[in-house]
Amino acid sequence: MSTPPEVRPAPPRRVALFVTCLVDLFRPAVGFAAVKLLEQAGCTVEVPPLQVCCGQPAYNSGDRASTRAIAAQVIDAFAGFEAVVVPSGSCGGMLVHHYPGLFDDDPGMKARAEDLARRSHELTSFLVDVLGVKTVAARYDGTVTYHDSCSGLRELGVKEQPRRLLASVEGLRLREMQTPEICCGFGGTFCVKYPDISNAMVGEKSADVVATGADTLLAGDLGCLMNMAGKLQREGRHVRVRHVAEVLAGMGDIAAIGEPEAKR
Amino acid sequence: MQSTAHDFKDNVGAALADPNLQDSLAKLKVGFSERRRQAAERLPEFEALRDRARDIKDHALANLDFYLEEFERKVMALGGHVHWAPTAADARQIIGELCRSVGARTVAKSKSMVAEEIALNEHLEALGIAPIETDLGEYIIQLRHEPPSHIIAPAVHLTKDQVADTFLEHHAPLGFTRRLTERNDLVAEARHVLRQKFLDADVGLTGANFLVAETGSSMLVTNEGNADLSNTLPKMHIVLASIEKVIPTLEDAAVLLRVLARSATGQESSAYTTLNTGPKRNDDLDGPSAYHVVLLDNGRSSVLGTKMQDMLRCIRCGACMNHCPVYGAIGGHAYGWVYPGPIGAVLTPQLIGVEEAGDLPNASTFCGRCESVCPVRIPLPRLMRHWREREFERHLTPWTARQGLALWAWFARRPRLYRGMAQIANRMLAMCGRAEGRYRMLPLAGGWTRFRDFPAPPPGGTFHAQWARTGGKRP
Repeated sequence: MSTPPEVRPAPPRRVALFVTCLVDLFRPAVGFAAVKLLEQAGCTVEVPPLQVCCGQPAYNSGDRASTRAIAAQVIDAFAGFEAVVVPSGSCGGMLVHHYPGLFDDDPGMKARAEDLARRSHELTSFLVDVLGVKTVAARYDGTVTYHDSCSGLRELGVKEQPRRLLASVEGLRLREMQTPEICCGFGGTFCVKYPDISNAMVGEKSADVVATGADTLLAGDLGCLMNMAGKLQREGRHVRVRHVAEVLAGMGDIAAIGEPEAKR
Repeated sequence: MQSTAHDFKDNVGAALADPNLQDSLAKLKVGFSERRRQAAERLPEFEALRDRARDIKDHALANLDFYLEEFERKVMALGGHVHWAPTAADARQIIGELCRSVGARTVAKSKSMVAEEIALNEHLEALGIAPIETDLGEYIIQLRHEPPSHIIAPAVHLTKDQVADTFLEHHAPLGFTRRLTERNDLVAEARHVLRQKFLDADVGLTGANFLVAETGSSMLVTNEGNADLSNTLPKMHIVLASIEKVIPTLEDAAVLLRVLARSATGQESSAYTTLNTGPKRNDDLDGPSAYHVVLLDNGRSSVLGTKMQDMLRCIRCGACMNHCPVYGAIGGHAYGWVYPGPIGAVLTPQLIGVEEAGDLPNASTFCGRCESVCPVRIPLPRLMRHWREREFERHLTPWTARQGLALWAWFARRPRLYRGMAQIANRMLAMCGRAEGRYRMLPLAGGWTRFRDFPAPPPGGTFHAQWARTGGKRP
């Protein structure tokens, strides 16, 4: 007995990668991992050359004029692509949730921002929800715990997608924290404007991570990862910290965040 | 209440160094959020109720003048009185005069955040009238001369031992000379001391969770029953409420009550829900002979019709602070005024000025957990961002932050230049941090490296440099 074929729109093939400033500057491997995952899923990946930042630092500091100018630049840079994929929940949330509201007084730009918002996706959500990817071809020998970065979780509904893909990674065991959904205390400029509060928050996160006994901490946002890695390392914890895309792309053997190359 | 919001950073330092506070906060963080989660799970229609609660409050706010006048008409028809107080000073004066009109010596108060907002106790004391807090938490902090640190659990910052010491100190002259260690014994002793005060009080003053326009009722929820004694025994009952508490009907109140207690304490409903509808009638056995409602504006009406109106939907459940990791780290006193946590970060700049309370909306990671639990779906991060934008426009943002931001934004709008700068920064950070893979100290990044290592990028250049070098191929 045959079931009727599932009617789905053809998945987008020509996608643009929004690299994000932190990945560009501190962890290029995340960008390459994203490219690899997208290509494995049958996409052609382009990296529009005129992209820089999504504008979050200005937006969260109350500088609306700069944010609008930067957003307009991003909208131009990513015009014409079927999909825009971002290996970050907070930059993705910026494009998907916050850009349209920046142009309430400019219907033309608002329409373009809404169009970009419709085409933009966080990486794991794009793979699972849009492309229907169920498994990845990767191996990682270790016990990992996964931190749900706030914007990805609450603005984009990223929760099960990375876990579903991680479940297909050979050798990997997932052990959940008590409170994977509580903020790590990064918050962009918050972590340097209110370092004492941020430290209290990341200190709790670190304790929660350590309590799982996992040897690796994963998340989908580089800002949170750098914050948590920095705290774990300052405390002398032996937990490796990586972006989830690296593990999913089978690149889990490169030096972890904040670890020297030589110690591979 | 005197604000210390401008000393936010000092307040934070003190809070983080207070072991008793940190002890209490550790329990609060787990307890409240876990109970709310379970309560929400037990009620399949909880999310739909949140939508209805939001819609009810939005409708009431869109027609606030109508429902307030309707409420006033109903109260007057019942034989009560309504007083309009545009400012905190007006409200203090009205209440002071009402108390003096009956020669009051003591006022039994049920918990009211609006009374804190208008600094009522200080005013009454100056008139020679003794305010007596009858909510257990409020009673404890009144003895200790402290402000509340949470809107529904005002003494949540204290440990049981601190309460035991406070009671011994203040109750010993009344004959209670044994230091109590059990929670129930402490409650029983407070109950005993307070009972006589209820009987002696000349005026009972309560807040209100809701004002019901169709019936002219004020509605109050407590878990201790103290409000009922405050408003039944004395000869005059004064309700002090802010204008946004008015809702159209009892039916609406039923919806709001269903989300209120679940969001606040995880209870299905509070132990006591009391409706006060006018003064004692001829055939009533008890109740106050005079019934007054003081309606406070204090800047709220200026928010109506603006993008900030959503803040007025708040039903003061405290869920946002119970789930806020910043509140969980520093507690309520650090916020420096009546309303702490995310809702405080939004309300306080409105009520006492963004110059005074500018830190509050900035001290958030925008993690969004507050909005995700708010029973009336207030977009708290968006409202905090609004204040940041007002501060930026008015040049209240610190000069160094503005300059840094301006420089960054200048580069961010010039992609090729930004790309080049990123490549230089990447090379330097990678080279100098190569041996350890991270930095323990970094110039200009003290806020980070005081508590955390800073990861160095691996060698090879930025992503864009590598991508361009290989013509779009993976390395």
